[in-house]
Amino acid sequence: MQPLLIKAILVVIIFVITLLVALYATFAERKVSAIMQDRIGPNRAGPFGLLQPLADGVKMFMKEELIPSLSNKWLFIIGPCIALLTSFMTGVVIPWGGSITIGETTFDLQITDLNIGILYLFGVVSMGVYGIMIGGWASNNKFSLIGAIRASSQMISYEIAMGLAIIALVMTTGTLSLKDIVMQQDAGFANIVYQPVGFLIFLICAFAETNRAPFDMPECETELIGGYHTEYSSLKLGFYLFAEYINMFVSSAVIACFYFGGYNFPFQTELQNWLGFSNNVLSILQVLAMFGKVLFFIFFFMWVRWTIPRFRYDQLMTLGWKILLPLALINIFITGIVMYFSGSIN
Amino acid sequence: MLTNRSKQVVKKEMTWVEKAYLPAIFQGLIITFKHIFKKKATIRYPEQKRPIAPVYRGQHVLKRDESGAERCTACGLCAVACPAEAITMVAAERTKDEVSLYREEKYASVYEINMLRCIFCGLCEEACPKEAIFLTDRIVPSTFERHEFIFGKDILVEPVNERLDVTKRQTPEVLEFKKDKKHKHNLTFLDKVIVKKSRH
Amino acid sequence: MSISQYIFWFLSFVAVLSALIVVFAKNPIYSVLNLIITFFAIAGHYFLLNAQFLAAVHIIVYAGAIMVLFLYVIMMLNLNKETEPHKKQYVKLVAVVAAGLLMLTIIGSLKGAEAMVPAGIVNNNIGTVELIGDKLFGEFLLPFEVSSILLLSAMVGAVYLSKKELH
Repeated sequence: MQPLLIKAILVVIIFVITLLVALYATFAERKVSAIMQDRIGPNRAGPFGLLQPLADGVKMFMKEELIPSLSNKWLFIIGPCIALLTSFMTGVVIPWGGSITIGETTFDLQITDLNIGILYLFGVVSMGVYGIMIGGWASNNKFSLIGAIRASSQMISYEIAMGLAIIALVMTTGTLSLKDIVMQQDAGFANIVYQPVGFLIFLICAFAETNRAPFDMPECETELIGGYHTEYSSLKLGFYLFAEYINMFVSSAVIACFYFGGYNFPFQTELQNWLGFSNNVLSILQVLAMFGKVLFFIFFFMWVRWTIPRFRYDQLMTLGWKILLPLALINIFITGIVMYFSGSIN
Repeated sequence: MLTNRSKQVVKKEMTWVEKAYLPAIFQGLIITFKHIFKKKATIRYPEQKRPIAPVYRGQHVLKRDESGAERCTACGLCAVACPAEAITMVAAERTKDEVSLYREEKYASVYEINMLRCIFCGLCEEACPKEAIFLTDRIVPSTFERHEFIFGKDILVEPVNERLDVTKRQTPEVLEFKKDKKHKHNLTFLDKVIVKKSRH
Repeated sequence: MSISQYIFWFLSFVAVLSALIVVFAKNPIYSVLNLIITFFAIAGHYFLLNAQFLAAVHIIVYAGAIMVLFLYVIMMLNLNKETEPHKKQYVKLVAVVAAGLLMLTIIGSLKGAEAMVPAGIVNNNIGTVELIGDKLFGEFLLPFEVSSILLLSAMVGAVYLSKKELH
């Protein structure tokens, strides 16, 4: 098969999976919140309510499309598009599994392995804020504007701590490619053992970057009605909500890759030697392991959302600048010292 | 102090570990996780219903007597008793060939209860000298239009074939109260209190 | 023309066009958004030159952080025609002269560069992280440290200015 064709198929598959996961994440969110509050949650549409996302989607389509007359129409439409686009783009560099051989061609279960994968991820994530800012400003609504401003300052603040947490990781792994980072963890310990503080900082920043509770100030309904998407309705609102769930999915995948060995699972080579299955089977098991980790972290995102109340805005900024930033710097410093004395750098 | 669960607020300086908040967050996560396995409080309504009292006050019924004639004589006492002024009626005189339909010589040709006004207090039931109106354990169904909530005789009068059993609502206390109801339903509130007290 | 040349011309067209819109747009928000498009086009040029690290950092720092702050400030100020301060004529004249001098300087410096032949891609890995790191922390260590001290002093200055009212 043509390499380009394989890539195209892979892109389509990952696109569809991302959509499906995001779709069912909305369902899971309602279900998780329900069972944590001793309720049952949506269970009417289809068996166990499994068709609920479809019903929600149809509802989104059918809603009346409102564009405020005093808004900036072009930017009002472009905003949610950018938000959705950037969240889809982040999934490109994530390795979903090992390689699969069909006939004579071998291909990786990753759309593209950039040698600056982490930087790419950062660049695209930092673009995501424009979707929110443009949408919030173009709505010509004070609540939207405040939401947009909160979102942008929050994301910029936490990007710094996030970047510094990753720098410590990059120091130990010595590469910017996600594939290499994952492959380094195929035996021995996952990176969480070497970078527990970095993981904690990264996790907190991931919550802030995806605008999830307890950092959902940009859209906190008790203060800002709906934040940056106050004026949005119909499918454009759906785009924003969808972008949030896709971001959550990709963040979970990134956390799994960085700190939990990505698609690797414990004793995989021993298992392969013992049972003697082919590399293709191993790769499929790896994909399952990866998705297991990703789904756990999506659950974790929801779990935290329904546990911890929202931060106040000054608390958010204090946490970002006065606690996480120094902590990340100290983490880099200590990582450097340990690496120097353990002789892993010359 | 009713529940004995109140706690004294202590405003002491937090320790270093407490200031990090992580143990507290972890505790919170465990609490929410435990709730996953707890019994759910939801009652799946149409299939599963909460038990209701036998004297539950729901949708009204206009009773018929043993031979199937309507008991209501359109005296208007229920409408007078109604604090929400939900009941309206138009009286008519019974003709010769309607004897089997209506018990008394006077009957209600129109009898309407506005279910949006009704507060289901049961005073109409209490006021009725003919034991014609009762509240039942049926729940008034919801609809989309306001005018659909004005229930006429077509809904209120019980069908001849499917009589509603209201005997379980007639608890001994109720029966005793109704023994000489003819006089009691006209009493003022103050008189009622006196009657109640004299009973004890 | 090869495909990379097509991409080059396309990116150049986008860069120049959006740069012109930056200057001529009435609404400052459009200026900022078009400046972001310009940065993207320039990042594309870096990619064509195999300088992936530079391209990524360019987008993260300029488009991702600095322009967000620009947009932030412009949104907060809510600039429009009524609030625009009226500039005096001689200020405009001075601005034109200054811009003309800058243009002369650029043209003058580019004139000598005409003889420079395109070097072509000498090394395929010229823009990789490893090479840039080696250069920055080897050959250019002093300028690197000096510029970081400059940034640090700027940061301290900013903190001092913002805290001044408290004392």
